[in-house]
Amino acid sequence: MTSRIDARFAQLKKEGRSAFVTYLMAGDPDPSTSLEVVKSLPKAGADIIELGMPFTDPMADGPSIQAAGLRALKAGMTLKKTLAMVRDFRKDDDVTPLVLMGYYNPIYIYGVDKFLNDAKSAGLDGLIVVDLPPEEDSELCVPALKAGLNFIRLATPTTDDKRLPAVLANTSGFVYYVSVTGITGSASADSKVVGEAVTRIKRHTALPVCVGFGIRTPEAARAIAASADGAAVGTALVEALRGSLDSEGKATAKTVTAVAELTAALAGGIRAAK
Amino acid sequence: MNNKPPPNSFRSGPDERGHFGIFGGRFVAETLMPLILDLEKAYTDAKADPAFHAEMSGHLRDYVGRPSPLYFAERLTEHLGGAKIYFKREELNHTGSHKVNNVLGQIMVARRMGKKRIIAETGAGQHGVATATLCARFGLECFVYMGAVDVERQQPNVIRMEMLGAKVIPVQSGTRTLKDAMNEALRDWVTNVHNTFYCIGTVAGPHPYPMMVRDFQSIIGEETRKQMQEAEGRLPDSLIACIGGGSNAMGLFHPFLDDPSVEIFGVEAAGHGLTQLHAASIAGGRPGVLHGNRTYLLMDDDGQIQDAHSISAGLDYPGIGPEHSWLHEIGRVKYLSATDEEALAAFQLLSRLEGIIPALEPAHAIAKIMELAPKRPKDHLMVVNLSGRGDKDVPQVGDILRGKKK
Repeated sequence: MTSRIDARFAQLKKEGRSAFVTYLMAGDPDPSTSLEVVKSLPKAGADIIELGMPFTDPMADGPSIQAAGLRALKAGMTLKKTLAMVRDFRKDDDVTPLVLMGYYNPIYIYGVDKFLNDAKSAGLDGLIVVDLPPEEDSELCVPALKAGLNFIRLATPTTDDKRLPAVLANTSGFVYYVSVTGITGSASADSKVVGEAVTRIKRHTALPVCVGFGIRTPEAARAIAASADGAAVGTALVEALRGSLDSEGKATAKTVTAVAELTAALAGGIRAAK
Repeated sequence: MNNKPPPNSFRSGPDERGHFGIFGGRFVAETLMPLILDLEKAYTDAKADPAFHAEMSGHLRDYVGRPSPLYFAERLTEHLGGAKIYFKREELNHTGSHKVNNVLGQIMVARRMGKKRIIAETGAGQHGVATATLCARFGLECFVYMGAVDVERQQPNVIRMEMLGAKVIPVQSGTRTLKDAMNEALRDWVTNVHNTFYCIGTVAGPHPYPMMVRDFQSIIGEETRKQMQEAEGRLPDSLIACIGGGSNAMGLFHPFLDDPSVEIFGVEAAGHGLTQLHAASIAGGRPGVLHGNRTYLLMDDDGQIQDAHSISAGLDYPGIGPEHSWLHEIGRVKYLSATDEEALAAFQLLSRLEGIIPALEPAHAIAKIMELAPKRPKDHLMVVNLSGRGDKDVPQVGDILRGKKK
């Protein structure tokens, strides 16, 4: 069976454009608003949706995404509820790929086999787990592939040509190139350097290469999407969501539209790239 | 080729993937993975280089002041009326704790790797002070991440680090204690990969850190072995040390793991008590993955890390080194815990009986010898690792005791 991710990239190839990958924290600022926000994304132009799994100690994330995770946890979000959110999203949308992104401990505690089973039946397509390098593939990556989920690996500026084959070996769906050394939402990516890196990775794989970390504006998204198969935006969307909250961090009538508007603007940038 | 370790040894770990049983490993972001592999190679090379060891020995003797004495605590022994108690006097090292043993080793490795910028996390500030000290000594840039809560309660060490030329960065994220300082140090490392060496203060983190820090701290146990031979003509019967991440304990224990006659006890911080807020990962936690390794952690049913609590900032961490988790599961080391109250009582007892003001961290170990020693015969030789001195804790303990007297 072709995965939703493969089907989406095949479709985009026909359309001759790059993918817009959006990231938001599941359960931010509360589970029901979060579901409404995520449901609005495909119509606003998101091609692939990444949902963050909240974790107390997100060691690769900057302050904005850290705060989003803490808001979600405070609102009672758990991994179980994140999977329920995936299931709810799937009721109305059977084509937009959904990927969970986060850290290993909540999955490990949930139980790897049970998690993969529940995630697959909820309609999840892929996983990005920041703290599982290829050296720990037996933990989750190999079981996830066997369960029919894509395991999307991060490649970084420190992943040299010698190491790339190991990083790509068990990767499926797409490759997520982290455009800067650093945490989410920090430096902005130089599109020329990124273009060279994408070319380098493509010498080693036929998979689509999406680029993320450090893309905040429609202009930046357009520049990155010109050389990559997709551009991922997280921190800017999370900040747009935060900007719509009231002084106590609660959702307002503006929350869904604030995120959808920025999504549409970013999608416009990406559609103008090629 | 079969590389299996010889049977019946507790000292052959970790395996080539950094595992002690199911514990340990390399759970880090891809950005860091190449660096960790470089570090492993650099450390392996250093370990095989006699020049590295010769330089280390020279600095350990002349700069750190090793060997540290093994001291017979005569009055405490009399007071407790049982086992003969010895202190391994790590608090007499330069900078006032065992932390310097490890930092010296890592700084020497950093120099071999050509790294000029050093980062560290610190809880009580002892590791931060040791790192700041050696960076001053070798002319390296030093940044120390410290939880904002710890910056408040460990002011004397903050001032020391700044005097030594280090930049102390208060960490405002999460619970603003040691675990958040470690998160923030990892974020710095991932950002400044090319010129930065992360000097981890305990036997935790991704492989090779737990092994490397253990190796540098093992001088504590190696000296103890030799000194006890000289003093008593035999091995000790029991060893006791406090555990946050567990580096002073691992340093004392490791050289004795294969001596079945030696009983070994680690003491975790039970804070307000094990049913309330505490920092005892083995007594109150379960295996999980954080900060690069699988180990016992305090967490909730969703895998979210919980706040630790201890009166001692150096033990206030929701995890423990992975080799300790393994030694617990195979039963070679027995893990006990002491509460804030018990540690405070031991702190005062030791100050008055022996004229040694211990740090609050080893006061937890002293608290347990107060229970263990009276039950053992007078010819039982017990060694406690006096891992740090209490100067840094004097203001805090003073406040608590005055508050109590009111």
